[in-house]
Amino acid sequence: MATVTHPEALRRINRLERIWEERSGVLGWLTTTDHKRIGILYLFTSLLFFAAGGTEALLVRTQLITPNGSTLGPAAFNTTMTMHGVTMIFLFVIPISTGAFGNYLLPLMIGARDMAFPRLNAFSYWVFLGSGLFMYVGVVTGHGPNAGWFDYVPLASRTYNPGSAIDFYALGLIFNSISSTAAAINFIVTIFKLRAPGMSLNRMPLFCYAFLAVSFALVFALPALSIDCVFLELDRRLGFNFFNVGHGGNVLLWQHLFWIFGHPEVYIIILPAFGIATSIIPTFTRRRMVAFPMVALAEILVAFIGFGVWAHHMFAVGLSTITTVYFAAASMIVVIPSAIQLFAWLTTLVTGRPSFKTPLLWIIGFIVFFIIGGLSGIMFAAIPFDQQLTDTYFVVAHFHFIIFGAAVFPLLGGLYYWFPKVTGRMYHEGLGQASFWITFLGSALTFFPMHIVGLLGMPRRVYTYPANVGWHPYNLSETIGSYILAAGLVLLVVNLVWSYFRGVAAGPDPFGGATLEWSIPSPPPDYNFAVIPTISSAYPMWDPEDREHDVHKLNRGEMVLEQGHETPASTVLDGYFDEVLDMPSNSPWPVITALMITGVFAMILTGHLVAMSVFLALVAASLVGWHSVEPQEA
Amino acid sequence: MLLLLAGCGQSQGGQSTLHPGSDGTRKIAHLFWGMLAAAAVVFAGAVVLLALSYRRRNREGIPMVENEHAVSNGLVVAFGIVIPVVCLVILFAIADIGVVKATSAPAKGQTKMNMTVIAHQWFWEVRYPGTTAATANEIHIPVKTPVNVTLKTDDVIHSFWVPELNKKVDTIPGHPNTIELYADRVGVYRGQCAEFCGLQHANMAMAVYADPPAKFKAWLANMSRPVATPTTPQAKAGEQVFLTQQCASCHTIRGTAARGTIGPDLTHLQTRNTLAALTIPNRKGYLGGWVLDPQHIKPGNKMPGLNLSGPQFQNLLSFLEGLK
Repeated sequence: MATVTHPEALRRINRLERIWEERSGVLGWLTTTDHKRIGILYLFTSLLFFAAGGTEALLVRTQLITPNGSTLGPAAFNTTMTMHGVTMIFLFVIPISTGAFGNYLLPLMIGARDMAFPRLNAFSYWVFLGSGLFMYVGVVTGHGPNAGWFDYVPLASRTYNPGSAIDFYALGLIFNSISSTAAAINFIVTIFKLRAPGMSLNRMPLFCYAFLAVSFALVFALPALSIDCVFLELDRRLGFNFFNVGHGGNVLLWQHLFWIFGHPEVYIIILPAFGIATSIIPTFTRRRMVAFPMVALAEILVAFIGFGVWAHHMFAVGLSTITTVYFAAASMIVVIPSAIQLFAWLTTLVTGRPSFKTPLLWIIGFIVFFIIGGLSGIMFAAIPFDQQLTDTYFVVAHFHFIIFGAAVFPLLGGLYYWFPKVTGRMYHEGLGQASFWITFLGSALTFFPMHIVGLLGMPRRVYTYPANVGWHPYNLSETIGSYILAAGLVLLVVNLVWSYFRGVAAGPDPFGGATLEWSIPSPPPDYNFAVIPTISSAYPMWDPEDREHDVHKLNRGEMVLEQGHETPASTVLDGYFDEVLDMPSNSPWPVITALMITGVFAMILTGHLVAMSVFLALVAASLVGWHSVEPQEA
Repeated sequence: MLLLLAGCGQSQGGQSTLHPGSDGTRKIAHLFWGMLAAAAVVFAGAVVLLALSYRRRNREGIPMVENEHAVSNGLVVAFGIVIPVVCLVILFAIADIGVVKATSAPAKGQTKMNMTVIAHQWFWEVRYPGTTAATANEIHIPVKTPVNVTLKTDDVIHSFWVPELNKKVDTIPGHPNTIELYADRVGVYRGQCAEFCGLQHANMAMAVYADPPAKFKAWLANMSRPVATPTTPQAKAGEQVFLTQQCASCHTIRGTAARGTIGPDLTHLQTRNTLAALTIPNRKGYLGGWVLDPQHIKPGNKMPGLNLSGPQFQNLLSFLEGLK
């Protein structure tokens, strides 16, 4: 937007600043419902968990650097390996992609002033924090989950795993899924109802399509995991027999339910990355995405078909051939929407005029790793090959190319890309490129040899291996690679911390970005948009006449919505203006409710059912408090 | 690079999927090389596209294709839909209709020989139906003979995997699986549990000895016999140690009163080359170390360390060394 000079416009902006002003200090952060502040909270929390999960990865790699290594014993190894998986998936990738990137950016991209349910949003964050701390309390008290992130029964049953390690896992994940479900519903409603008038579905940025797909996938996938964990807890604590073969239970029930969640989970992890890629690529190629409708459809389709392929994680359990063939075919079908997106990115790059700045470099790294991981993934749709190589390091290689290479690289690229927007300062380009190359080479050195050592027969999840099987050189390379990778990430952190204090001022739109977040100052004001923007394409910043129109609207006082915490709602498909919504402001209830829920889970874990009932009553009471105070009119 | 790196991975210890020892695994290995070749072509194509885009960076005056949606959309349709569909259909036909048959478990009665393997935390119990033979971790089969293996578990889920002889199959409680073992040359094939099964998942290996049929027959006949009565006084005393200390509560030695079922059958212990599921060699020093402090060698396994006097220990070793 051009500089605002009109006196009426300045008066309106002042009024908005007063209405939306965020409380400062710790209390302000505890009670905030501002999507940007919640996004920041999510970002720092998930990065801390990333550091924990990364440290666990380095410990695992250090244990395996030589045959018969002794850095960790078998018990510590199993906990470390389990918590690496649990942390990276539930406490890092999902929270950082949906919680941090989604929360911060989605309202900005659709021209809204907040998420649809700001208090629910705060609640999601506090529950996420509570569930993460809950599981790590288990780790530091020596009860860390230790049956793998997949937690197969009967290894996770009370018979083979007494103590509370698995209870920390099962209760922690049920707890965690409350957070993700709440966040997903919030995203769906926000995307459907809070888009700026004029942003019909076909003018919605691809980033939003990705998050829409992720949110639906979360809502439908998480119940399977939660139910699975409820069954497990009933078995473990009350002697139920869901998984007890001796009493008519079935151990494969756990696996089916787990992977009905677990495979869509893969797309939940990777779709936000696709969304980030479709944001960064157009900006740095100076060109709109090729095949926009196909890419949008593909993002939705991936999430949908992802629900029909779960049993390909179970090809070695002895399913009938006809079952495996069906799931192999379904797994092949899911390749198509991924291939569409891949070639849409490549074609956009080839037909654009790319500028290989740091954010785009991470996307290039992502594309390379996604191709490698995708190709090795297709190999697993060949049933006999899957049955030969599943549960070996070949799979570890495959999904780390996907989860680290393809899901995390765009997140890191996204950190660079939106850093100027969030902080108002530029990152250091040279250091940024160096951090990319170090991380890229470190990742290749870490994960590529895993293919070979897997082909040579090394199974997953082994805490040690003998010297005479020829696996040592590959493991050595992997461990060295992991340290290099970690060094690249440290350099990224150094760059961003340094730039936060010393970076040059970025201005509202340093890259010539295409989406609405670049239309507002950096960092964004509390109210996001002084005027609800005019939209006539999915690349609103590349429609200069619309942006001029915004200035005129502000001068005229049209769509400024300065009567309170207001944001417009629009119709689901066409994005016609529907009504003005009053949004709630700061509230202590989300954090209080989350705290009480933490109490409930802690009491279930320790078996204090009376105290648990008290906490449940307190949860109900805080929900009453939550709903008793209406949004304030200004 | 992919080819080169994978190519140098020749089998050292006999556990490589690229070193097949049966028709089924050979087909799987060929399938892999085929898929790798196709994958290399796709990867090279993508790298070429990335290189092309790098050449276009920041150059003024190159034609932009902003509005030529037909061309760019066409590229996406061709590379994103048409070519993948063709490749996947071919892969499906070869892998999931063709090779899948060659590696399936044999139909009932199709094989000459049956065997049962029962997985335990953390060793493999091996039985030969129709005989009393029982052993652990070291499986003998006749070469060039299809053997139908029934897979069970005594506790959690494990996975039976001898990569050079066949794909892996899990051992599922309450749901026995079967797999064919076939070796087309004499040799030792290493295998290992492939499903995470707790503390000693890493040390749950096995070896399959594919022997000439006559040698196998002799081995099986010996394994079916109860143990010979100890001849030396020292071994006799050792037997008493075995029966009176805790050993017999977990281990069976056919021909004696030892009837435990928690640990491996030790009747013909000395026919095995390794101990503790291939963790250590079966030599006197190692055997002694194992008896005295098994928790040091394989932490978490079910065998307690024995508190034996010096003579008791020597006698026991002497007895164990006679289990031929």
